[in-house]
Amino acid sequence: MSFNLLVLTCLGYVVLLFAVASAAERAAVAGRAGWLRSSLVYTLSLSVYCTAWTFYGAVGYAARSGLEFMTIYLGPTLVFVGWWLLLRKLVRIGRENRVTSIADMISARYGKSNVLGVIVTLLCITAGAPYIALQLQSIAQSFTVFVSDPESSPLATDTILIAFWVAAGLAFFAIVFGTRSLDANEQHPGIVTAIAVEAVVKLLALLAVGVFVVWFVATGPGDILSRIDTQALPEWEIQPGRWTGLILLSAIAIICLPRMFQVTVVENTEDRHLATASWAFPLYLFLISLFVLPIAVVGMELMPAGSNPDMFVLTLPLHLGQDGLALLSFLGGFSAATSMVIVASLALATMVSNHIVVPLWLRARSARQRDTGDMRLLVLSVRRLSICFILGLGYLYYVITGGSAALAAIGLIAFVGVAQCLPALIGALYWRGASRNGAALGLVAGMAIWLYTLFLPSFGPDVFLSARVMESGPFDIAWLRPYNMFGLTTLDPLLHSLFWSLMANVIAFCVGSILSFPSAIERVQGALFVDIFNRPGTARSWTRPMAEAEDLLPMAQRIFGATEAQAFFRAQAELQGKQGFLPDITPEFLEALELKLAGSVGSATAYAMLAQTVGTSVVSVDDLMAVASETAQIMEYSAKLEAKSEELSLTARKLREANEKLQTLSVQKDAFLSQISHELRTPMTSIRAFSEILMDAEGISNEERTHFAQIIHDESIRLTRLLDDLLDLSVLEHGQVQLNIASANLHDLIDKAITASKSVQAERQFVLHRNRDSEDVQIVTDTGRLTQVFINVLSNSRKYCDAAEPQMRIKVRRRGEMVEVDFIDNGSGIPREQDALIFEKFSRLTDSMQAGGAGLGLAICREIMHNLGGEITYVPGQGGAAFRVVCPLKLRARDNAAQPASDSTEAPE
Amino acid sequence: MKPPKPTQFLGRESYRLRRLMDAARLLPVIGFVLLLLPLMRHSPEMEAPPTAGESVYLFAVWAVLILLSLLLSIWLRRALEPHDEPTRSDRPSESGD
Repeated sequence: MSFNLLVLTCLGYVVLLFAVASAAERAAVAGRAGWLRSSLVYTLSLSVYCTAWTFYGAVGYAARSGLEFMTIYLGPTLVFVGWWLLLRKLVRIGRENRVTSIADMISARYGKSNVLGVIVTLLCITAGAPYIALQLQSIAQSFTVFVSDPESSPLATDTILIAFWVAAGLAFFAIVFGTRSLDANEQHPGIVTAIAVEAVVKLLALLAVGVFVVWFVATGPGDILSRIDTQALPEWEIQPGRWTGLILLSAIAIICLPRMFQVTVVENTEDRHLATASWAFPLYLFLISLFVLPIAVVGMELMPAGSNPDMFVLTLPLHLGQDGLALLSFLGGFSAATSMVIVASLALATMVSNHIVVPLWLRARSARQRDTGDMRLLVLSVRRLSICFILGLGYLYYVITGGSAALAAIGLIAFVGVAQCLPALIGALYWRGASRNGAALGLVAGMAIWLYTLFLPSFGPDVFLSARVMESGPFDIAWLRPYNMFGLTTLDPLLHSLFWSLMANVIAFCVGSILSFPSAIERVQGALFVDIFNRPGTARSWTRPMAEAEDLLPMAQRIFGATEAQAFFRAQAELQGKQGFLPDITPEFLEALELKLAGSVGSATAYAMLAQTVGTSVVSVDDLMAVASETAQIMEYSAKLEAKSEELSLTARKLREANEKLQTLSVQKDAFLSQISHELRTPMTSIRAFSEILMDAEGISNEERTHFAQIIHDESIRLTRLLDDLLDLSVLEHGQVQLNIASANLHDLIDKAITASKSVQAERQFVLHRNRDSEDVQIVTDTGRLTQVFINVLSNSRKYCDAAEPQMRIKVRRRGEMVEVDFIDNGSGIPREQDALIFEKFSRLTDSMQAGGAGLGLAICREIMHNLGGEITYVPGQGGAAFRVVCPLKLRARDNAAQPASDSTEAPE
Repeated sequence: MKPPKPTQFLGRESYRLRRLMDAARLLPVIGFVLLLLPLMRHSPEMEAPPTAGESVYLFAVWAVLILLSLLLSIWLRRALEPHDEPTRSDRPSESGD
């Protein structure tokens, strides 16, 4: 194909890209960017990972090292498949903080420190410019391969000149679409869309060549597999170290490469897109890699010996006479190279302008005091110049190295370089203790070792490092040989450098972070980044503002332009419920303004600009502590409230219980009164009736008179006893009882009680089970009262035990200072639901009057035992009715004296 | 500064979602281990490395990873939604864009 035709094709393709990009920009401006911001476009834009190095180099790589080329795509696959782990957080933080580049991300996290931004920028330029040179080289090379009439133009064989024009063209494209406006989000729909188109072109081109090779040159997949095995070289053996190391390295690179950060984080608009990319991007890489080995194998087989395997994708179709396919393939490679160069130069230019030029300019300006020019133009011009500078640097690299083999290895070398950002980045995301000093130390240490052990030596001996230094180390210190630091000889140079640089980086980072004390802003930012998914609200980094909105508006106007700045201020004022353009300068407003500025000029610059206007009233550690203690106070207060409410509910419950008790007591009192009237009335009625009979007593025999008088007498005795009991109970309840304390043997008391109780239902024979030894307890108490209790319990048993052969067991036990006496019969006992009632007054389990008593017996017993400092309880589940009488061995006067007091509380009972 | 204590036990739905998140975190680790398998498979004594077989194996693992990731991303999309809502309304400067 003629050179001119090829150039025309390229120009046509570029014009197409221009059209696509400007259409996308217009759509975005008109707000019709829906489909432009789709997951598909996002995923395709990620394909800037696949540069010309992939497009051409992967086949060459496969021809030289077999399957090892896959590692470069497997690492990113793992990162995207594991998006939930890392990328989700990274993207979220980037979006919420309007991060503009990886340097901005790191500088924002570590206290908006511009020093870190500068370090990362320098690192990325050092690693990135040669990478750009590699793209220029591949385009230039593909031109020379393609052109069939080298004589037609002086340009056709001059790769240096081709590279120059390509660089110039790409700079133009990047400037037009990358720096059209100062976007608040640093997002570029035009470029992203153009890249998506290029992604499709390069994928289709590679797939086309692959399909051609597999199904038209070979006879199908089976044939290809057998060809692979016959062509396999011993060098194709998978080397464990390189295999693992390269997978990890490429995984790191996809996170840290500036251009990847640009498309993955900065251009991301929704988490949803990332979810799709988590499988779609690995799929893209899968398809890109699928035919690499077949193309390499067929190329090795068919191409003349000595031809460059890096160009097989292009030369194989040419060799087989497929000019159309070759042209497609050429466009694919062109797409791969241009998309990478555009995004990389844009990302790097953003860094240069935000972290180096604008801060310098701001400093210079503050020295000269104020001037009020429009800064937008300045920032944009700086960006444009930066793009030219970066591309120029790449071109310079290419010219200096002259497309040497060293350049071909620059891909992986650049990977190791940008990998130095990883510790600081991971620390930014997951370690609140990571500090600015640690990050700076780590970055500098890692970068230094990378430069010394990999980057500088890669140019070959005597370019930057003398052959002597490379051979035997500086000053002949063998331990410092660039490729064999500290005597490490088993690793190849790439892994060796990766190992030492990351090792030094991580150690310096961790030690620096652990030993330093971060500033307040670092701590605010640390909390903001690490807890991005679960923070209740951000700690403000601005307090006690001293500026006026009048001062801030001009500054904002110079960055956003008058219209947008005024619209922003008006919206903010509206949010605060104010009219007009000047909102109150609240910390919230400053935060919003800073975020918006950060989207345009990076967080460090935005912060510095605001600080310059607002003064130094930024947050201090003391403010943070104040916020923290305020929070702590609130938490304490709420805890107190909680405790109070718990206490209240407890009291309420107690009150409710007391109320219930009072109500039942009132019911009981009524019942007591009606009972007592009933009990009094029954004997009274018979006394009255019989006395009336006696009064008008004509014709009553003497026997009858005696009988009636007997009845009256009996009834009055019953009345007396009832009244006695009531009095007794009342006396006992009020603790006014006079106790006759004496010493006695418990055994004797029980004997006395048994004898006394025998008169009740004397016809029943009880079998008694006693243990004389245990009953032999000397006791000091009111023996008469205690005996009364025993008699009552025994009599009850005689009355109510319903067993055919009644038995009574009496068990005595000592429990420390107390003695327990159990009276257990073998009757059916007292039903569970009634055992709470039996000690109440007038409670009788049966209605039968057989008992003869008034139902006060157990109530009196209970009061007696209270007075004796003990108690009487019903013990269920003993095989019959079981009463337990507990009383102290020695009733002290104190117990007795204490009684009234304790009784008074129980008085209502 | 502590966020409100997260609840300790979740309903069936959210429990399932949490386990899916665990799966999403586990997937790259398992993938990495599977990709390292070829290292353990062949011995240096073999004259030519079995590149064809290994490439089929690697592409198969790759395809399975993509498939699983596809399923997970569909299921996990639900987990993304509730997070999105508050952050959007949180950004006051959105109005000025």
